[in-house]
Amino acid sequence: MSIIQVRDVQTVFGNKVVHNGLNLNINEGEIYGLLGPSGCGKTTLMREMVMLQELSSGSIDILGKKVESITTEDAQSLRRQWGVLFQFGALFSSLSLRDNIALPLVEYTDLSTHMIDEIVKFKISLVGLKPGDAALFPSQISGGMKKKAGLARALSMDPKLLFLDEPTSGLDPISAREFDELILKLREMLGLTIVMVSHDLQSIYDTLDRVAIIDEKKIVYEGSIKDVKSSNSSFVQTFFK
Amino acid sequence: MKATLQIIHKYNQLSLEFSGELTLYTISKLQKDMSSLSSKEITSVVIDLHNVTFLDTAGAIFLVKLEKDNHNKGLKSSVSCKNKTVLSTLELVKMQRIITDFEEETEHSQKSFLKKNMMKIDGYFHGFISFMEFFGKLFMTKIYYLKSFNNVRFKEIAFEINESAIKALGIVALTSFLIGLVVAYQSAFQLKLYGANIFIVDMLGISILRELAPLITAIVIAGRSGSAFTAQIGAMKITQELDAMKTMGFDPFAFLVLPRVIALMIAMPLLIFVADIMGIFGGMIVSSIDLGITSDLFLDRFREVIDIKHFYIGLLKGPFFAFLIASIGIYRGLVVKDDTQSIGFNTTKSVVESIFAVIVCDAAFSIAFTNLGI
Repeated sequence: MSIIQVRDVQTVFGNKVVHNGLNLNINEGEIYGLLGPSGCGKTTLMREMVMLQELSSGSIDILGKKVESITTEDAQSLRRQWGVLFQFGALFSSLSLRDNIALPLVEYTDLSTHMIDEIVKFKISLVGLKPGDAALFPSQISGGMKKKAGLARALSMDPKLLFLDEPTSGLDPISAREFDELILKLREMLGLTIVMVSHDLQSIYDTLDRVAIIDEKKIVYEGSIKDVKSSNSSFVQTFFK
Repeated sequence: MKATLQIIHKYNQLSLEFSGELTLYTISKLQKDMSSLSSKEITSVVIDLHNVTFLDTAGAIFLVKLEKDNHNKGLKSSVSCKNKTVLSTLELVKMQRIITDFEEETEHSQKSFLKKNMMKIDGYFHGFISFMEFFGKLFMTKIYYLKSFNNVRFKEIAFEINESAIKALGIVALTSFLIGLVVAYQSAFQLKLYGANIFIVDMLGISILRELAPLITAIVIAGRSGSAFTAQIGAMKITQELDAMKTMGFDPFAFLVLPRVIALMIAMPLLIFVADIMGIFGGMIVSSIDLGITSDLFLDRFREVIDIKHFYIGLLKGPFFAFLIASIGIYRGLVVKDDTQSIGFNTTKSVVESIFAVIVCDAAFSIAFTNLGI
């Protein structure tokens, strides 16, 4: 069953065309990658999916809702059903990790403080941080920890859908592989559907089920990672050499 | 998305039958339902999850805690469930909790009143030391760079003069014009009582040239340019531009700090000169309307009674005020920490501290000059 459908999406900035008629399908429970050369609009497409950016034309259907013509209420309920991990974590710098993770729970649910603490503790250990890290502020932790904390925040509401923007960029190879394993483990345990933008070849081979490759404003390949070399796009030929 | 709880007592066994979706949104209601339960005469609890259609991790944490609480009370507790996904979520939470419980450390040591205050004083002391360190570096760089004429970054200085002084000309002129107007208007009323109309010239001349014009200019510049310095440099620090500069061998003190300090020190006397003119002009208008002193008479009297030294003293204060404003503004920018709130905090501090420093400096000048008989 497809959870995200992108139909004929066109994106234009000024007089620069970024996407010209993109089509793709993301199925439930899979880890789906958006790949392509830099500047091809992978992150833009992801920003369009999470309603940070408007489409010029076309339509994106997420969890049964069309984002280009969505009501405010539907948009709010949609936003609670997904989690987004930004490239540099985008943790709120004035809040401790605990408060960062607890924020959506405090705002959207009527849980008791004690229960929220329990949930935060669980999410922290789930992403592989130590319980003692909860009191730290984002400026006191490393880049890898920021990503993990960002992931814990994205998972705080038990989303069905997770968007990751370059989850392994800026991590050392060991942490990057750990992060890949973490993502696979989370998918297994929580039944997540994961959409990610990535440049990390190892991570692409290890985690992704299916990929879409954007090049020259269009999707040049969509499908399983194994058959990717069948595409004759110049990007694919150089990138997967 | 609804969850219900049925509580059934059977002899000394309590069974809790949950049904529906146990999620973030529903468990606080269930918690309330359970709060009325008493555990008297009960020896075992059965948690029945057969009718649960969906369980998220928050729900699972709730159930695991429930089980643990029962265990702590010495009750026999068991979970019955056939749904595999529900069970696996439950299992996941249990597994993680074992790890967390094991690693958990308690670091909630209360700090005593004395210790807290000592830490505060220590913090102030360190703040003072780091400000002194900044001053030291500033002078070192100044000496090092001014050794050779070629090192002076004229382009940056000119740019800063334009940014923080020329563009402030309008607001400085307007503010001092209004101050001249107000001071003249208030004193005209008092002077009229004694028939001492002409003395308004002496009063305005000395107070504006010596004190008001330099102070007003400094305050406007502290609010306008000092805060801009803090915000600019603070933002550069957060985006690691300062680090990038250092690694490329561009000393931030030479590239960012000195041009700003020098620019403001050059521009401030010029701004004070404009403020003098506008303040006196404002006073002159009020004198001619309110006291019948024509502008010719005003200027004649001005030349007679106002010594040139008052004008020079006013101008002399300019570079000192400028140095204080620029160095405090820049220092505050450099101590911005790695978070966005810190910029706001330090900008506020920079404006408050530089205005305070300017007034203290002015008081010191006032006492010194009076004692010197100038």
